[in-house]
Amino acid sequence: MSKGRFGQHGGQYIPETLMNEIIHLEEAYEHYKKDPEFCNELAKLYEEYAGRPSLLYYAENMTKDLGGAKIYLKREDLNHTGAHKINNCLGQALLAKKMGKTRLIAETGAGQHGVATATVAALLGMECEIFMGRVDTERQALNVYRMELLGAKVHPVDSGTATLKDAVNECMKEWVSRVSDTHYVLGSVMGPHPFPTIVRDFQSIISKEARKQILEKEGKLPDVVMACVGGGSNAMGMFYEFIPDESVRLIGCEAAGKGVDTGETAATIATGKLGIFHGMKSYFCQDEYGQIAPVYSISAGLDYPGIGPEHANLHDSGRADYVAITDDEAVEAFHYIARQEGIVAAIESSHAIAQVMKLAPTMDKDQIIICCLSGRGDKDVAAIARYQGVQLYE
Amino acid sequence: MNRIQNAFANHKAFIAFVTAGDPSIEKTEETILEMARAGADLIEIGIPFSDPIAEGSVIQNANVRALKGGCTTDKVFEMVQRLREKTETPFVFMTYANLVFAYGYDRFFARCAQVGVDGLILPDVPYEEKKEVTSVADQYDVTLISMIAPTSKDRIRMIAREAKGFIYLVSSMGVTGMRSTITTDLQEIIDTIRTVTDTPVAVGFGIHTREQVLEYQSMADGVIVGSGIVRLLEEYKEKAPLQIASYVKELTGKSA
Repeated sequence: MSKGRFGQHGGQYIPETLMNEIIHLEEAYEHYKKDPEFCNELAKLYEEYAGRPSLLYYAENMTKDLGGAKIYLKREDLNHTGAHKINNCLGQALLAKKMGKTRLIAETGAGQHGVATATVAALLGMECEIFMGRVDTERQALNVYRMELLGAKVHPVDSGTATLKDAVNECMKEWVSRVSDTHYVLGSVMGPHPFPTIVRDFQSIISKEARKQILEKEGKLPDVVMACVGGGSNAMGMFYEFIPDESVRLIGCEAAGKGVDTGETAATIATGKLGIFHGMKSYFCQDEYGQIAPVYSISAGLDYPGIGPEHANLHDSGRADYVAITDDEAVEAFHYIARQEGIVAAIESSHAIAQVMKLAPTMDKDQIIICCLSGRGDKDVAAIARYQGVQLYE
Repeated sequence: MNRIQNAFANHKAFIAFVTAGDPSIEKTEETILEMARAGADLIEIGIPFSDPIAEGSVIQNANVRALKGGCTTDKVFEMVQRLREKTETPFVFMTYANLVFAYGYDRFFARCAQVGVDGLILPDVPYEEKKEVTSVADQYDVTLISMIAPTSKDRIRMIAREAKGFIYLVSSMGVTGMRSTITTDLQEIIDTIRTVTDTPVAVGFGIHTREQVLEYQSMADGVIVGSGIVRLLEEYKEKAPLQIASYVKELTGKSA
């Protein structure tokens, strides 16, 4: 069995051309994660640039309205660039810079990871090129312009389904073509080892803070911790420090699209099976021959046919549960949290809010839910309006 | 001596690639027979995949056309079975790990052995991950072809030492596709390979002219041509097999 395994999942299923680079990346990461200077620099960037620690906000109106468990929101939407993606981008870009790289490339779905990468590239004085499915460039046009404003070059990807998976394909091809000066800032807890581990470590700041914050506020651990899952980076970050706390139930919310039985879905745990793709062994939506399925979700950030290998293993072991939330449920939650709490949440995060709405009323008033509000929803306003028949364009 | 060894016996090998099912399984079957007659020593048959991350646009588009045309792994096996009644040219599949995994390693390699497929190239299975494949492939005497890249450096000996059939030497960084110049010092890599093994070395990625074929056959044991052939299928579609036959003759120096 090769390196970077989570149970049967993970590994390094990539072209030979990239193997030395991946090995080099792992060595560099193992070195710098123990280097006090690197850790201090990153901590300073988190604090003074990204605005960490993010708030753990008690959603009192939602709690009262739903009439069950106390609901806390981990406000990753308040980070600079408006999502949890910056945590990983700062870490990887700083690592890349230490490795002597001068150019960053990244895939993006909703555009949040692309924006965060472009932002960090601007900050650290690095070149930046972003690959984004053509369909996503259209439904997230605002983010495309933001990336360009930040000095990045955005490549629309027309191959396949022209969404996130195809952006990953093109990014991998670009990396194979030019690896010596370029680091691929993979945006989720996926891909070949060491990416799932690196991204999880940089995102685990979410649960490190949340665990401390809830103990300060409530004097006890939460009963449930939940987050939305596409590739799974905000969820892995939200879960990680709670994994050893056996009393804490972990719930990942996948995108069911139009429903898990409709064929127009991106719910990997619900509908996928074990496979090998994008550098890893994990669960993937695919047909009987192993052709990767054209997945669908209203959310460009969850519109991915796979899931990170550590999540696949948490599912296998039963440590985490994964539920599927439809477009309709997510859109309803998007409106609900806006009206209840005055928070416009990302449509991705709204999938987790939808599960809060289902679960909280079934729990006791002395129980606690922490939900990761992974990003803000400004980028989604026009798309949500269109979903409801209002012809609004940015 | 197995069929792959035959391809390299006493001469420099010319390896031709085609994506199965582009534009139809019948055309692929005809194309393969024409290429064998025209002098291809080994034929690499691509089983189309939805997300071929090692391919440039020419072969990627062929994958899309083949899948649209309804090509499946089973149909490719059936085609090989029919071809084996007509030719002893060695066949090597080129596809991606997920197709083999989804079919089931045991079922896949049993079927390879049954229909007469001699080897398999999986660009997304490097040395570190190969055991899960070879542990089954070996039982059926199907060879997993090892790849070496311009970036392999200190890994060359490790890979070459265990390589069987032939070594696929990737000429350039990046994906498959025609290139006017190849800048990698291939001679140095081949010299390193030669310090540990006699397994034949075939150079692929970017080769599409007679001059390149001669240049790389002079330093390696064979060359692989893919995109140059697939491009003709894209251009001539139903009429492509004869065009491809004359292209193969031109590249192998057998044209009149």
